[in-house]
Formats: sequence, C-alpha cells, structure tokens
Amino acid sequence: MAAIEVRELTKTFAEGAAAARALDGVDLDVHAGEVTLLMGPSGSGKTTLVSIMGAILRPTSGSVKIAGREVTGLPERELPEVRLRHIGFVFQGFNLFPTLTAVENVELALKLKKVRGAEGRRRARALLEEMAMSDKCDAFPADLSGGQKQRVAIARALAGEPDIVLADEPTAALDKDSGRTVMRMLRGLAREKGRAVAIVTHDSRVLEYADRVVRIEDGRVTGADILEETHA
Amino acid sequence: MASLAIRNLFHDKVRLAVTLTGIVFSVVLVAVQTGMFLGFTTTTSNVIDNSGADFWVTSKGVKYLEVAVPFSDKKLYHARAVEGVAEAEKYIVRFAQWKRPDGANESCEVVGFDPDTRLGAPWRVAEGNVHDLKLPDTVMIDRFYAPKLGVTRLGQAVEIRGVRARVIGFTEGIRTFTTSPLVFTSYRNALRYTDVKADETTYLLVKAAPGADLEKSRAALTSRLTDVDVLTTREFSARTTGYWMFGTGAGVMVLSAAVLGLLVGAVVVAQTIYAATIDHIREFGTLKAMGATNGYIYRIILQQAVVSAAIGYTVGIALAIAVEASSRSSGANIVLPNSVRAGLFGITLLMCMSAAMVSINKATRIDPAMVFKA
Repeated sequence: MAAIEVRELTKTFAEGAAAARALDGVDLDVHAGEVTLLMGPSGSGKTTLVSIMGAILRPTSGSVKIAGREVTGLPERELPEVRLRHIGFVFQGFNLFPTLTAVENVELALKLKKVRGAEGRRRARALLEEMAMSDKCDAFPADLSGGQKQRVAIARALAGEPDIVLADEPTAALDKDSGRTVMRMLRGLAREKGRAVAIVTHDSRVLEYADRVVRIEDGRVTGADILEETHA
Repeated sequence: MASLAIRNLFHDKVRLAVTLTGIVFSVVLVAVQTGMFLGFTTTTSNVIDNSGADFWVTSKGVKYLEVAVPFSDKKLYHARAVEGVAEAEKYIVRFAQWKRPDGANESCEVVGFDPDTRLGAPWRVAEGNVHDLKLPDTVMIDRFYAPKLGVTRLGQAVEIRGVRARVIGFTEGIRTFTTSPLVFTSYRNALRYTDVKADETTYLLVKAAPGADLEKSRAALTSRLTDVDVLTTREFSARTTGYWMFGTGAGVMVLSAAVLGLLVGAVVVAQTIYAATIDHIREFGTLKAMGATNGYIYRIILQQAVVSAAIGYTVGIALAIAVEASSRSSGANIVLPNSVRAGLFGITLLMCMSAAMVSINKATRIDPAMVFKA
C-alpha cells in the first residue's frame, strides 16, 4: 500500500470564464522508504498537488488516500488530525516561528501532539541533535544560516513522527553545500526511518537523491521514472 | 516555554504599546465617566438617602428634592396620628443667598431639620455637634465648600438671606449636585433663612414604628393626607436621581462619553490585534499545515487579547483610582466602588476579545497554499 495514493485528481480554481485548471487527472503513488521527486516548471501544478496531498487544499474531483484512508470526503474539522498524525511539512521559506528559539519551534510541533513539558523539551533537543543542531537549540531563527534553519524545520516536521514528509523546494533558498546536507537528511528519513518523502523541486541537482521522479506539466503527469540507487 | 501568543505579543513592542495605550485610554475614560455618573447619582440623592426616614411627604408632583412647594404644617399632626408611624417631622430644603464675609453672594441650599429626632440631619459630621444647631442662628456646612462660602474657621459669622448665621460645625464629604452648598440648620432657623412661612413646610419626614408593615403605613398616610404625595425614601431618591441624570441630560452625556471611550478603545485594540494577525498570518498558515485546529489559532489570538486586556486594565484602573482620589479635593465627585472596578475588568476583557474576533475571522480564512510560497 502506498503512503499516499492519488487517483484522477483535478483541481480547478475559480469558475466560469475565469476558471483555471491547475491539476488535470493526476495519478500518483508515494511509497514509504522512498524519496519521490515532483518536478516541473513553475506553474505546472506541483504546489497545488502537494497542498492536496497534504490535506490542506481540497481537490475539485478525484481521490487522495493517506495511509489507506480516503481524505477528500472528510469534513474540514477532521483534516487537522490527518495532517498531525501523518504528515510533516518542510517549506522553501522554512516557515519557522521567528519569536521562538530552535528548540521551541520543535517543541511547538510536539505540543500539538500533546507532548508537553520536560518530555517535550527532551524530545525536541533529541530531534535537533539528530539534525546536528544541538549547539543551536537556544538560537532564534534570525541567528541561523539558511541550511541551519532548514534543519530545524526538518526536525520540526519530524516531531509528530509522521509517516510522510512533504517538502516544497527545500533546497531553493540554500547554497550548494547546505542543499546537499538537507537532501542527505531527507533521503536518510526515507531509507533509514522508512518515511515516505515527497519533494517538490525544479532543481535537477537533487535528482541523485531520488528513488522516483514524477514529471508534471500543465497539471498533468507527463512521466514517472524509477531511478537506480546513486550516492552523493 | 512562553507560549507563541505571548512571544508574538511582546515581540513588537511598539505595537504592544499602541494596543495598551488604546486599552488604558478606554479603561480610564470609561472608569472616570462611570465614576462621575455614580458620583452624580449619589450626590443628587444623598440628602434623601441619608435622611433616616421611611417616607417623604411632598407637595403634589414634586420632581426632585430642590423644587418642593411649601404646604401647611398641619399635615404633620395628621401624619403623627397615623397608626404605625413612630416619628414625623417637618423638613425644609430651599435655596437661599449666602453672603460671604467679604460681601460677595453665593447661592446655598438650606436644609432645616429637627435636631432632636435627627431625621434628615447631616451624616458625616467632622467637627461640631448637631445638637448645637438648636441654638438660634447656627449652621453647619461641608469643609469642602468652606472656601467657596468664605468660611475660614468655626464660629465665623455670615449672613443668609440678610439674617445672621454662625458656623458651628463642619461635615466632610457631603457634596451637592447643584453646586449650591448644603447648609444644615434647625427647622426653626431655616424658617428665617428661607421664604417658607412659619406654618408651612416643604416636606414631612416620616419614620415607621419598628416592625410596622410599610405598605400598610404608606396606604394609611396616603388616605389620611390630602393634596400631597407619600413616597418611600427609595422612590423619592430614584425620582430625584432620574430627574437630574436623565431629565436634564447630564447623566446621558456622561454615559455617552463612557460608551464613546469603550468604542474608541475597541477600535484601537481591534486595529492593532488585526495588524498583528496580518503580520503573523503566515505563521498561522504554518500552524494549520502542522495540524493545528482553528480552535488552537483562536486561542492564540484570544490569549493575546486577554493578556493585553489584563495589562491595559491594570494600568488603566490604577490611573482611574488616582483620578478618583484626586477628585476628593476637587469639584468632581468620582465614585469607583469595587463592583464597578470588577465590572470594568469584565468589560475590558469583553472589549478586547470582541476586537480579536475580526482577526480570528481573518486567520481562519487563510489560503492554505500561502505556506508554500517563499
């Protein structure tokens, strides 16, 4: 069973003459233990697709199953629970909370899972340690480099122990070395921890970290490749 | 770990200062205006409320304390004959001219009562003895109005309506709404200081016997006394207060200012909390993506509103209490009892939380895709 199973997915924004079809009959599987790249030019529908896969945007039609559960028909109030249990997001702009320290950013995600107090602090520190960020626990985002911010963001995404990590252009704002570090970490999540990792990108340098590449253009899947194992 | 709400609130100190200024302004304005309203209310009816009487017999249709039309004092004896009446006394409340030692004239309000029964006597005597008012030409005034009346010491002689008067005592904290100071004296002296004739009175104060049925006593008084109204002290107090507060528009004006303060405060708070929400809108989007419910986001915004309200209220009420204290030595009479202070905290909370609703509405309508934009 795929961690995320997408079938006949369409998404149309606005109505009538102004209607714009962002996704048009997309079929896609994201598997546990694999890094799946969603590649395509700007405006191809990648971000819309990842928004729907992450249960924060509703499709116009089609089916999305997360961990085997159909989510498109779920009422709005049940979607936060789906995201909390199954999905961790990593954003291009990091989206860290600037008024919280690195460890507090991770703790906040744990709080949403009802892990609070000393246990929350201990687990947040452990996650940052995994990301080689233990010496920056008490730093505010403004005092971190781009790569460090993204590692905190990954630690935060993992705080809820999700089955799936959805990353949107995670290396776009990073220099080459930081980008590699982040990609190695994301691949490690898939290979060593068995998470399903889907990464939206148009950066061909990250191809070497992928197990599967899905190409999207004009809201349609135009190709899907399974890659041989490579090592960066 | 301090919550995200608190961190965000204190992060932008300028915005916090603007929010708090709005709340403080609102709290002070509402507290002072409400305090003035209560002060006015208390002042307009304090003579009635502190009279110790159960009933006031007045001329027909009297609207407020100061405008009674004199009526025959024979009704006193009729009143005394009514079953259930323990005491009944004549009582005069009348404006008169007070001549200061320097020759200047001031308007005053002569209150003539029976020093033996003490019905309608001054209730906060700071210096002197009420019993001494039985002596001819003696009066008692409030210390606050002594400078206005040109009185510098006990025993000082002045003139009321051309008749000699000697100040033999001071009260403390007995204010008047009409700005004409109250001058307490005996009924006999009051006849000389006013235009009330010897066989007339402006009121009868009636005290029911202990354990008497007040409704029955009132019914008996009403049937026994003709061409007058028999009002309970509470009724006459409410009638007088109602006239001054709402009949003249004075109270409406004061209350309008209080409501205005509330509105201005609410708008300032709503605007600043809204601006703060817009600034952090991406964070709210991120929270939603992380699995936070709308309820969690409501709580963040409401927590900011509540903390702002608590700080703003604390500062505001402290300032209002200072204004209240300073009013004791000024012409304004501001009264802020604990019930009003507590109620104002509730109003401040409500104001801030209502103001936050605009932001909550915005935060829960976030375009989810915004979190993916760099």
